[in-house]
Amino acid sequence: MNALLFYSTLCIYFVATVMYMTYLLKPRELLGRAAHWTVAGGFLIHCAFTIARYLEAGHTPITNLHESLSFFSLTVVGVFIAFERKYHVFILGSFVTPLALILMLASSLYSSAIPQLPPALMSKWLFVHTTLAFLSYATFAVAFGAAIMYLIQERFLKKKQLGPLYQKLPSLVILDEINYRCLTFGFPLLTIAIITGAIWAETAWGTYWSWDPKETWSLITWFIYAALLHGRLTTGWRGKRAALLSIIGFFVMLFTFLGVNLLPSASLHSYDRLLGEKYR
Amino acid sequence: MNIVVVGLSHKTASVEIREKVAFAPNQMEKPLKELAGLPDINEGVIVSTCNRVEIYATTHDIAGGMARLKRFLADFHNVSLDVLEPHLYNYHGEGAIRHLFRVASSLDSMVVGEPQILGQIKTAYGYAAEYKASGIILNRFLHKAFSVAKRVRTETKIASSAVSVSFAAVELAKKIFGDLTDKTVMLIGAGEMCELAAKHFLNNGVRGVMVANRTYERAVRLAEEFDGRAVTFEDLFDHLHKADIILSSTGATHFIIGAKDVEEVIRRRRQKPMFFIDIAVPRDIDPKVNNVENVYLYDMDDLQGVVASNLQQRAEEAKKAEGIIDQEIGRFFNWLSLLEVTPTIVALRSRFEEVRQAELAKTLAAWKDLPPDGQKRLEALTSAITNKLLHPPTSLLKRTGQGGRTDLYVDALRQLFELEAEEPQEEDFEELEE
Repeated sequence: MNALLFYSTLCIYFVATVMYMTYLLKPRELLGRAAHWTVAGGFLIHCAFTIARYLEAGHTPITNLHESLSFFSLTVVGVFIAFERKYHVFILGSFVTPLALILMLASSLYSSAIPQLPPALMSKWLFVHTTLAFLSYATFAVAFGAAIMYLIQERFLKKKQLGPLYQKLPSLVILDEINYRCLTFGFPLLTIAIITGAIWAETAWGTYWSWDPKETWSLITWFIYAALLHGRLTTGWRGKRAALLSIIGFFVMLFTFLGVNLLPSASLHSYDRLLGEKYR
Repeated sequence: MNIVVVGLSHKTASVEIREKVAFAPNQMEKPLKELAGLPDINEGVIVSTCNRVEIYATTHDIAGGMARLKRFLADFHNVSLDVLEPHLYNYHGEGAIRHLFRVASSLDSMVVGEPQILGQIKTAYGYAAEYKASGIILNRFLHKAFSVAKRVRTETKIASSAVSVSFAAVELAKKIFGDLTDKTVMLIGAGEMCELAAKHFLNNGVRGVMVANRTYERAVRLAEEFDGRAVTFEDLFDHLHKADIILSSTGATHFIIGAKDVEEVIRRRRQKPMFFIDIAVPRDIDPKVNNVENVYLYDMDDLQGVVASNLQQRAEEAKKAEGIIDQEIGRFFNWLSLLEVTPTIVALRSRFEEVRQAELAKTLAAWKDLPPDGQKRLEALTSAITNKLLHPPTSLLKRTGQGGRTDLYVDALRQLFELEAEEPQEEDFEELEE
């Protein structure tokens, strides 16, 4: 049942991605709308999968790479749908749905066995902390898509090469605003995620902050987005500079999310270690 | 029944002529009623815009009908037909259909792809329908034209790119700023180009206008015209940061705005984007300004480059649009020729039915002891015979389509079976379509 839901989601995201890619070539209003509803349908099934998984496991399905990648994809799609509805720029989907699809494909490569979670980690904080963290990741992912679009469009306007893609991309101001909106949602979410993480760490491991690699990198990500927000609010960092910084921020964030697992010094947050002997 | 059109447009007549024969949009009742009352004319629609005046009509007599329309156009506006004649064009049949389809799709417009024309034709049709000047054929014709225009709009990119320099400038501004409604334009210097572009920006919702000129009086005069404010040339850099879009066309022989100036201005604006349009030759603004972050500079050559690439794209799209129109002409023509034979088919059927019923009644009256079952069989037998006999001529008529033999067949059938000549009725046609 879960597998069926998972693979249906994967297939629908694939179809939606193909539709959004076609939209890039032939921007018909109808196609955009169809793609939007397709991805929205996929999102609902994805929600159903996540809930089913939650019920089966008894905890938020975010404890191994299979679950986490899928959950990340879910939040990216959810945040993307919200932004698309607000700004009516279907073409954003051409840049964001491929990411959601890649995440799902990556997720499908990992074992879907349900890990047994140590009792100390079984708390409401698991849900609160991880959901907040993933929501912030997702808004930064949408900001990343908008930033890429901004850089492309800005280059067209500066170089005065106004090809077909130029016609299809929205205005610079809209792209910049999406980027800014993502930041104003994502940054507070990340902040609260870090704080709740610290509280959880205190209850689970007895210390608020242990300079675990994941914690350190989260802090680095936080500083990057803090700098961007500060620059925006004070000296008017916008446009290209903001776009570049949110692209850097996104990659650092990805490293926080995935790369930390690859570090030689194992992290408490590391997915394969999460359940292992390292846990105290 | 033939569709004809008589008219003139920006391609054949100057504005002096066009305005003489234009119809006032809110006074369409009189001309439309007169038009519908003309002998030889069955239905009519009048399209009158600032770029064209056209009368679409249906008539049995092509030459006579078109002469009537020309005379009507001249007489209604008290213009001599001799003056008008050289500017008039006329089409009939397929030519007329193609013409309206092209006009509605904005292929015949001054600015190809401009969106207003479709709305104007819809309004014109609205009046014709309101005053009952249009009937079954023109109703269908105009609706078809709307759907063709819609197809062209969605299936080609004809409407998506701009062909005049000021139009191109506005499109670029929209790609930078999105919405233009809270933006301010600054005009530096004066000149027709500059004013035209400024007007275009105002039409697109720009809020404020500032004018700077070496002659302050001139700046004031121009500012009044645009409901904006004048700035002395010396104070230019004190006000530049308030402008989002800058249109420059002074007679200066050197750059009046350099990259350093703009860097300072953009900092003062906290990096809010600026769009400089330099339409002066020689140029007013240092090209290095384009390298400043969040600043976009387009000079005359750049804009013309945009226009040229738009034109090229548009020519390709126009070809596609013509293809769509060809297809749709075929479809509409089939409908039209079907319409022509419909009354004959209906009359032929009712003639056969009449005979059958009469003969059946006679037989049944004489054959008193026929059981009900036998009556039913007799009924079925006779109707099978008539239907079998009717099938070949009916399908032949429907198939003949736009070929010239339709009239021949219709005439022959009418004489052979003593059918009465009738105008097509809407109900007939619906019946046939099922």
